[in-house]
Amino acid sequence: MKRENIIDIVDKNYRNNGGIISILEDIQKQYSYLPAEALKIVAEKTNRSLVDIYGVATFYRAFSLKPRGKHLISVCLGTACHVRGGPVVAEEFEKQLNIKAGSTTPDREFTLETVNCLGACALGPITVVDGRYFSNVNRVKVSKIIEKARYGLDKVEIGTDQRIFPVEVSCPRCNHSLMDKSFDIDGHPSIRVTISFGDTHGWLRLSSLYGSYSIEQEYKIPLDTVLNIFCPHCHADLTGASLCPECAAPMVTMIVQGGGVVQICSRRGCKEHMLDLM
Amino acid sequence: MISLKINGLNVSVEEGTTLLEAARFLGFPVPTLCHTDGLTPYGACRLCVVEIRQGSKSRLVTSCTYPAEEGLIVRTASERVVKARKIIIELLLASCPQSKTIQDLASAHNVRRQRFRQEYEDCILCGLCVRYCEEQMMAKAIGFRGRGENRSIGTPFDVPSDVCRLCGGCMYVCPACQLRCTYTEPEKAVCGGCANLSPPCIEKEKFDDMMCYMDPCVACEIKKD
Repeated sequence: MKRENIIDIVDKNYRNNGGIISILEDIQKQYSYLPAEALKIVAEKTNRSLVDIYGVATFYRAFSLKPRGKHLISVCLGTACHVRGGPVVAEEFEKQLNIKAGSTTPDREFTLETVNCLGACALGPITVVDGRYFSNVNRVKVSKIIEKARYGLDKVEIGTDQRIFPVEVSCPRCNHSLMDKSFDIDGHPSIRVTISFGDTHGWLRLSSLYGSYSIEQEYKIPLDTVLNIFCPHCHADLTGASLCPECAAPMVTMIVQGGGVVQICSRRGCKEHMLDLM
Repeated sequence: MISLKINGLNVSVEEGTTLLEAARFLGFPVPTLCHTDGLTPYGACRLCVVEIRQGSKSRLVTSCTYPAEEGLIVRTASERVVKARKIIIELLLASCPQSKTIQDLASAHNVRRQRFRQEYEDCILCGLCVRYCEEQMMAKAIGFRGRGENRSIGTPFDVPSDVCRLCGGCMYVCPACQLRCTYTEPEKAVCGGCANLSPPCIEKEKFDDMMCYMDPCVACEIKKD
């Protein structure tokens, strides 16, 4: 944990004596839990007592003071899920992961917790893994869910998944193709753009598969950086046509060959994108 | 000045006066646990409930937090108030039966039984110590942690606080551990139960050098044995 990093997070979110929850959320996002040292730095930087910060951190279930695993499994034990067999599901997870609810596996892969209601009672028993909802979970499905989570829920099977297809894009200004035939990502020609952030300028290659988030970069881009993205041919700024509905960073617009527009968010780590085909 | 009627008596009080202050000014007894002069009202223990009239209806409110209003009609010992208070005392007895303060309250209000599941907590979460630490000592060493049934009072991470000056004020104001504090005055602590208890707040090593206002200190006496 870096002290400067925490200070950055505080500076970003602390406004008018408010924003404690946003600060804690950002810290939790980065470290998967709230380290004690971080809370002390937050207290110091916001001129509040540690008691206040600690009170907030312990009040909300979403915050954890203990390190969490890579994957978070939340089993719903709300009334509806409870009567449909939620406790059996929770028990099965406990058995298969060999941990009690509320704890983390020794290899830091999984954290298992029970929650009181996820608001999707009609689909119960519900289990949420890394933000993905699994409905009508029963004892048999548990091992499959654990396998999927271990593999990575964001990974998609290229070639078999219908939602993944290659697009060819060009610059909206000079209409030059942005495709780089000499550099393949995911087995397809990549999209090459130039980027800048801070004092750094370099190239960025994106997968041309719609739905794949694979990238190759010249310089490592820190998470949450908003990039300036340019056409490598005419150097036109590609950002700015609209703002990301998710994080309010400018969206990057590119023309899809064959008619249409694709927009991607310019913030590193934000996966927001839109495709309009004509 | 605001004039209101408490138990049939007209009284004029300054703006900002609470019903509790007004009632006590007139000499009407209103029991409290979480209220102490010099600390902000909190309304946690609910013992100070009074009945106020609003139109054709009446309502129970905590007098320690309710400001006096023009023309308000207040009753501090109506049947409804007494009934509510008795239930509150029963609930307090269910959680902290060993507190002398609560035992005395029960006795004074003729509460002779307790119909809830018996627990033996050493805290009623009234927040007196938290407010004392913050407002009188300007320390903010202790505070509330957690939520719901896991709510508790203590220092962050349960480690000795850097800002705690070991003044002992938190124990002094605590209604749940006052039993131990009156140990040396037998006439006030008739049951003698405290002699069998090791105060949980002193027992822990970290409070070894806590300034002690108890003479002789119960914990020290027990340790000597």
